[in-house]
Amino acid sequence: MKIQEADAKTLLVEQGLPVPDWEVAHTVPEARAAAERILAAGASAVVIKAQVLVGGRGKAGGVKLASSPDEAEKVAAAILGMDIKGITVRKVLVAAAADIAREFYMSAVLDRAERRILLMGSAEGGVEIEQVAVDHPEAIIRHHADPLLGLLDYQAREFAFAMGLGGHLKAAVAIAKGLVRTMLAYDADLVEINPLAIVRETGPDGASVERLVCLDAKVTLDDSALPRHPGLEALRDPDEEDPADREAREAGLTFIKLDGTIGCMVNGAGLAMTTMDLVKRAGGEPANFLDIGGGARADKVAAAMRIILGDPKVDAILVNIFGGITRGDEVARGLIDARDVQERDVPMVVRIVGTNAAEAGVLLEQANFATATSLDDAAEKAVAASRGAAAQGAPS
Amino acid sequence: MSVLVGPGTRLLVQGITGREGEFHSRAMQAYGTQIVAGVTPGKGGQQALDGTVPVFDTVTEAIAQTGANTSCIFVPAGGAPDAVMEAAAGGISTIFCITEGIPTLDMIAAVEVVRRAGATLIGPNCPGATSPGSAKVGIIPGSVHREGRVGVVSRSGTLTYEAVQAMTDAGVGQSTCVGIGGDPIIGTTFLDVLQLFAADPDTDAIVLIGEIGGAAEETAAAWAAEHLADVPKVAFIAGRTAPEGKRMGHAGAIISGGAGTAASKVEALEAAGFRVAGSPTELPGLLRDAGYRG
Repeated sequence: MKIQEADAKTLLVEQGLPVPDWEVAHTVPEARAAAERILAAGASAVVIKAQVLVGGRGKAGGVKLASSPDEAEKVAAAILGMDIKGITVRKVLVAAAADIAREFYMSAVLDRAERRILLMGSAEGGVEIEQVAVDHPEAIIRHHADPLLGLLDYQAREFAFAMGLGGHLKAAVAIAKGLVRTMLAYDADLVEINPLAIVRETGPDGASVERLVCLDAKVTLDDSALPRHPGLEALRDPDEEDPADREAREAGLTFIKLDGTIGCMVNGAGLAMTTMDLVKRAGGEPANFLDIGGGARADKVAAAMRIILGDPKVDAILVNIFGGITRGDEVARGLIDARDVQERDVPMVVRIVGTNAAEAGVLLEQANFATATSLDDAAEKAVAASRGAAAQGAPS
Repeated sequence: MSVLVGPGTRLLVQGITGREGEFHSRAMQAYGTQIVAGVTPGKGGQQALDGTVPVFDTVTEAIAQTGANTSCIFVPAGGAPDAVMEAAAGGISTIFCITEGIPTLDMIAAVEVVRRAGATLIGPNCPGATSPGSAKVGIIPGSVHREGRVGVVSRSGTLTYEAVQAMTDAGVGQSTCVGIGGDPIIGTTFLDVLQLFAADPDTDAIVLIGEIGGAAEETAAAWAAEHLADVPKVAFIAGRTAPEGKRMGHAGAIISGGAGTAASKVEALEAAGFRVAGSPTELPGLLRDAGYRG
């Protein structure tokens, strides 16, 4: 699960990491008031940042500076309601604009191949790390945390020196260890600080001091671990979750919407991807990925059908079940029940093999469902049905 | 021979008294797998599977009483990593973890404990393995198999059944079919299983079924190019139509930062001498094209 920058920063602060203060505003007046408070506290300008879960918000105009309350109001009015890659901006983060001396990159990620937590850092901050990895792979410092003990002090020191942060050793070690701690504390897949920055601040005596701080934060959480962190579920952003995704999640289905016209209902993730691939290969476009899971019963099948038909572009449905734990006859009954109550009728091709496939076949035949035996045949029939539906629906 | 499971498998089922554990234990027993023990803490002294299998409170006790050497875990996600470590510490040499939905970071320590014990972990979130004709451990339906000499390794469950059924229908039998699991952190990789197949005198050809996410297929392909040059090899990769940045059901099936795409995997496999199928149904035909005559 992705979470917003402001929520990610809250988690970092909970783990003791240095993050400059910020406020979140949902309306233009709130943003103006926040800017007034921050400017009155001595900041020369504020930065206003769109809170959306898609990347590239800076390039899209979702991050802007303002040096007065009036300007902040204008900037907030422009950003709130803005569309960034299909997402409407509904809140902004307001913070004092930092006086940046130098930018770095630091993250803790899961290294699947090594089966360890990997700490990555680079002295080239503020840019896409994927680009750095391509252009200057040697510029990325990598250290693995111990699989049983976590990141040890000496590892954090080596890492900090290698990044060129020897001048801020204590802070850099604390941040490196803090990233790994944050990952473990909340079961995160990724904790990324970009930029991690040395900023100039005015000390209590009026003199300029330098400090290492986390200016931006990105955290993604492991969905499998959410049940043991009930508080984190509240960070799911309802504004950015499609209603169909929510219904699927609540029904225990894995659903991902795509752009095509052929709805797919499959058991098992690998087979669901394969079914989409074969629809494409047969000349069609899949409308979704949908895994009804192992042992799916009639109620899940009905929910899956509702979600698929909720997409108005869907003009044919392909059901592909390889019964192992899942019993074919239960899925067939679910399909028959679902068809009786569904709001619109689209052609459906059903393939059920494996456990209780023969019983399923009899039920489907009695209910006049179009069936298929092989996977390739099923995909071709579904594509033909979609074309037929498209031709019928086309203006003459 | 065969790999990982076979006539020498003496199976312990952790979670044998649960709904899933009992259901699949019956299927494994019916297939001919020797189930020697079950473990459910608090139910020691009971009998499972109609009085045929003794249940113990701990793995250590089960091993001492029955000589179990392989374990199959059906324990729920919260307790599964601990069950894996208990099996490894007790001296089980081959551990299959079927459980799905284990928090990823929990597996880092579990995999390390297994490694230090010198044991082998398959999974988690895997369907298990079958050596047709001798034993099956896990949840793969026994009916899809046929005895033969092709080694199958896959990240999926139902997709594996689909591919193996297509092989069986075409008369192409299997030495062992291994599902390594769809999670980001798993105990045994494609490369590990290819190495086992390479050393197995009863495996003459390889079928690799991969999917988007990570780079395990690429790593295995590079090794196969060098060490399995003369072995007929075919592959299928799921997820050619998967969008970037979305987790396609399996926790590990995600394209991130442009890495882990189906195209990259297909390219690596083809460069290593694999014939890559466009559909699982093409796998047996491609094996024949690659020179397999079994």
